[in-house]
Amino acid sequence: MANKKHISTPLTDTVVADLKIGDEVLITGVIYTARDAAHKKLVDLIDKGEKLPFDPKGQIVYFAGPSPTKPGQVVGSIGPTTSYRMNAYSPRMIEVGLKGMIGKGEMGPEVVAKMKEKKAVYFAAVGGAAALIAKSVTGNELIAYEELGAEAIRKLTVKEFPAIVALDCHGGNIFKEGVDKYEKK
Amino acid sequence: MRQISTKVIIDAVRKMSIDASYDLGQDVVTAIKNAKQVEQSPVARGILDQVLENAKIAHDEMAPMCQDTGFAVLFVELGQQVEIIDGDFYEALHEGVRRGYKDGYLRKSIVSDPLERKNTGDNTPAVIHTDIVPGDKLKIIIAPKGGGSENMSEVKMMKPSDGIQGVKDFVIDRVRRSGGNPCPPIIVGVAIGGTFEKCAYLAKKALLREIGNRHPNKFYADLEIELLDKINKLGIGPQGLGGTTTALDVHVEVFPCHIASLPAAVNVQCHAARHKEIVL
Repeated sequence: MANKKHISTPLTDTVVADLKIGDEVLITGVIYTARDAAHKKLVDLIDKGEKLPFDPKGQIVYFAGPSPTKPGQVVGSIGPTTSYRMNAYSPRMIEVGLKGMIGKGEMGPEVVAKMKEKKAVYFAAVGGAAALIAKSVTGNELIAYEELGAEAIRKLTVKEFPAIVALDCHGGNIFKEGVDKYEKK
Repeated sequence: MRQISTKVIIDAVRKMSIDASYDLGQDVVTAIKNAKQVEQSPVARGILDQVLENAKIAHDEMAPMCQDTGFAVLFVELGQQVEIIDGDFYEALHEGVRRGYKDGYLRKSIVSDPLERKNTGDNTPAVIHTDIVPGDKLKIIIAPKGGGSENMSEVKMMKPSDGIQGVKDFVIDRVRRSGGNPCPPIIVGVAIGGTFEKCAYLAKKALLREIGNRHPNKFYADLEIELLDKINKLGIGPQGLGGTTTALDVHVEVFPCHIASLPAAVNVQCHAARHKEIVL
């Protein structure tokens, strides 16, 4: 069984270039949640040249909308949402310095191209392991778009958040490789 | 006539909404454990481990197993001898969902208009399918449906000449194109026949069956087994990261159809296959 790589945020080009598909990572530091509605607002701000609610340079965005926080919890259940819906937005975020995305399922060629160009990485978290993933969250602060409810932007402090490198900055694609390896014709 | 009060209905639906999100069915847990035994990819086995551990945490700590606590889909069998008292029947079902999603700290994932997209704030309305049946009981099944798997579902209106091969190709291709998006390992609901909307409805109804439960007609039971085998040969694996466990089961429902049509539908279900039922 491969050893897990401990990585911390913010990510640097060197760290990103060192990550290869299939690497199992434990992420410690700050990550920001944003999904469909928040990304649309963020890209609108980028288009207008306005400041974003957080500085994206070196950061990781987690495509997630948690269930409500119960009393005594840091955050509700918080697994990943399906990433392809952010295909239109992620290249723009990478352009302004975002270095990582966490989600589930594959992302499109437009995202992969930008990841190669700017050195960014895409991690897969386990969809539906939402209660388990919540255990790695030690801090939860709503920083923008409260009116979006579950789709608000949250600044999460995480300790050893489990993920797998699914698309790397060298064009590696675990989804294609996985099917190639296990498909039986 | 036997009277059933909306107060009882609201309470029952409230409880079921919460239980469904915290408590994964034993048939699903067993199927995942069995799949892990034969899964060839080590990364995939690790993912199945996370899913099993998650189900335990969700149950023990009373937390949603998935943050997408879904669109509340209700299947109702209303006995024709039942009289509903103390209010509007459908309003009671919506109110039960409203209270359950509030009290259970479940996510509010419904927008009131598909283009304007303003959240309704209480996870209503529910989608309700009602059948009137003989007798004096009221059976309610809740099957909360997440967006990820639902987005990978499809109806296809084929020609009769497309035949069984057309159906098989459609189902397998739909799963292949879905990849990791619907959170494999999935359960695949298939319907063949009916009208356009009846077909889609039956594909969702197919998902209510327990894993391992085969169609009573041997022809369709064999089709279910063949589709499951071919889907698992796609190599998509848990979360689409590669492996031999792509689907836990396939269920086929069949209905009469028009001489000019061969409709088929696929409703994909993720591994958080949540159902609870009550008979009042």
